[in-house]
Amino acid sequence: MIKITDLHAEIDGKEILKGLSLEVKAGEVHAIMGPNGAGKSTLANVLSGNEAYEVTKGEVLFEGKDLLDLSVEDRAKEGLFLGFQYPVEIPGVSMINFLKIAHAEHRKYRGLEPLSASEFLKLLKEKKALVEIDSKLTNRSVNEGFSGGEKKKNEIFQMAMLDPKLAILDETDSGLDIDALRIVAGGVNKLRRKDNATIIITHYQRLLEHIVPDFVHVLADGKIVKSGPKELALELEEKGYDWLTR
Amino acid sequence: MAKEEQDRILEEVTSKEYEYGFVSDIDSDTIEKGLNEDVIRLISEKKNEPAFMLEYRLKAFRHWQKMEMPDWAYLDIPPIDFQEISYYAAPKKKPQLNSLDEVDPELLETFNKLGIPLEEQKVLSGVAVDAVIDSVSVKTTFKEELAKKGIIFCSFSEAVQDHPDLVKKYLGSVVPYTDNYFAALNAAVFSDGSFCYIPKGVRCPMELSTYFRINAANTGQFERTLIVADEGGYVSYLEGCTAPQRDENQLHAAVVEIVVKKDAEVKYSTVQNWFPGDKQGKGGIYNFVTKRGICKGDHSKLTWAQIETGSAVTWKYPSTILKGDYSSSEFYSVALTNHHQQADTGTKMIHLGKNTRSLIVSKGISAGKSQNSYRGLVKVAKNAENARNFSQCDSLLMGDKCGAHTFPYLEISNNSAKVEHEATTSKIGEDQIFYCNQRGMDTEKAVGLIVNGYVKEVINKMPMEFAVEAQKLLAISLEGSVG
Repeated sequence: MIKITDLHAEIDGKEILKGLSLEVKAGEVHAIMGPNGAGKSTLANVLSGNEAYEVTKGEVLFEGKDLLDLSVEDRAKEGLFLGFQYPVEIPGVSMINFLKIAHAEHRKYRGLEPLSASEFLKLLKEKKALVEIDSKLTNRSVNEGFSGGEKKKNEIFQMAMLDPKLAILDETDSGLDIDALRIVAGGVNKLRRKDNATIIITHYQRLLEHIVPDFVHVLADGKIVKSGPKELALELEEKGYDWLTR
Repeated sequence: MAKEEQDRILEEVTSKEYEYGFVSDIDSDTIEKGLNEDVIRLISEKKNEPAFMLEYRLKAFRHWQKMEMPDWAYLDIPPIDFQEISYYAAPKKKPQLNSLDEVDPELLETFNKLGIPLEEQKVLSGVAVDAVIDSVSVKTTFKEELAKKGIIFCSFSEAVQDHPDLVKKYLGSVVPYTDNYFAALNAAVFSDGSFCYIPKGVRCPMELSTYFRINAANTGQFERTLIVADEGGYVSYLEGCTAPQRDENQLHAAVVEIVVKKDAEVKYSTVQNWFPGDKQGKGGIYNFVTKRGICKGDHSKLTWAQIETGSAVTWKYPSTILKGDYSSSEFYSVALTNHHQQADTGTKMIHLGKNTRSLIVSKGISAGKSQNSYRGLVKVAKNAENARNFSQCDSLLMGDKCGAHTFPYLEISNNSAKVEHEATTSKIGEDQIFYCNQRGMDTEKAVGLIVNGYVKEVINKMPMEFAVEAQKLLAISLEGSVG
């Protein structure tokens, strides 16, 4: 699905990623953990193409294509989805309208006509049920006045609507109470398939109790310093990160 | 024109001394450049106007001569030579083109982006059109339907001929020629415009816009509009059109007067899309407009809704005089400036009657190197008990080379007044754009979406059929302003 080789990236001249390599195959869920400032969010931003970050070295192949060569929107339309740590508010733009445009853009990229209004509403209803999102939220402006939990649920809802090949969920568990966490994790689990993949970026192990990863990686000082099976997460919870970074 | 008449005009004109070397070429229907009393007489003559009109024009001209061009606006305007302008031209026949292939491709692209139907594109760009849209017949059916209800809707010139009493009664009653420099100039030389009268208790059954969509493309340089809604009448009127309007005339000075009687309601919407000049700031229309309405009777209501994306310079303050008790007025505005455009625009709400209410929602968008100012006055007179006003002025900046300015003025002479003003300035966020990009939208689409969200409150006030086009228009006007 995605193959990252020796990735170096910096922001404002400061190098954050220092030779990161990672491969994720279809059907897999990978968790990336690590201390603050290790470069976890940078990785999410670089992969999705945020221009604030500059890639100085390395290669990323996404389904065999040179990902770094694509614009942000083309990466999205190739099937890369980023669940934002801090979803942005867009006043005056209804969630439905926003998704309708986004969905139509994805279809256009694949040479398809946009869904008809009724088809779209049907899809909307279906996905809303899947992620247990309140109808009221989709009628409101994008993320405006949403609680922290609602914003995160809304990210998963968008993921469900756009049906990406690879979803990168950046600290999706932060700021969630236990019920919201259950719903968000439930949504991700329901969307898991053999032909898609997920990278979960998280600080804590608790999300991984709900979404069981195939692999856990520790990111420290811009590199993957340790990889292992899901049990690694428990070990990290117990021992912290210090023993790996020292 | 009859031979005798020509001779008479020629005689009249040539037997006078002209300060400015005025020569009239009566073979064509355009007057030579320059402005003096003879020009005004000639305009009135050519239009076959009754004496009161000529008198009105002359008084206005004499007053204008004593005035000076205002310079208080936050605008940088090169001096205008008023003697370098021709003040009368019969509606010019556009060069007839045979097919759309002959039309400027850039213009066609914009039409397509706006989603304007093919046949209408032809009319707007001057291509000969067959029977599909026959604007004359459209106009006739339209007029018949209105006439049944007693509604008068015609050109100003026709109104002068057919309804001189109404014109005489209301012309200058809201915007007197003494009002300001450009209003005086307009009163002296106005070419044509629209006249609308809604009789007592009549609701105009349609938006007065369908017809205008075709015809607005030919409006003159000094346009004059007069709308009167008699007691209990209602009309929604749309001026302008979303299609790009190319015009040779650089100076535009229009006047709009609206009279709203007891229990009547008028909704006046504008889409202004005159040529804004090119990216380097060359060319473009100077738009100096005076628009004012009076809520004359009790419980009358006037709503202004406007989307302004055109013109190199805009100087415009649609205003309402709230004279009747319990009268109310709302002003919704989007002013978008890009490249080197300058806009100094806003509104005035003058509360005279008791229990009057006004609402102002102004949304400025500045991009490129443009300057965008909101200037608004809320005035509450001594006897205006319980006046209420709420003003919201938002500015959105795109990039760091443009400017947004807010000049609110308050003159409150009654202690019972409640006046609130809220203002915000925000920048379009990189993070918002990135969020949209990540969901698959390119940056231009993202900006269009964000801007349309920002102006939604105003767009919602526009007549339905124009709301969608207005959204597209905003997106088009911002093209090339990001990235």
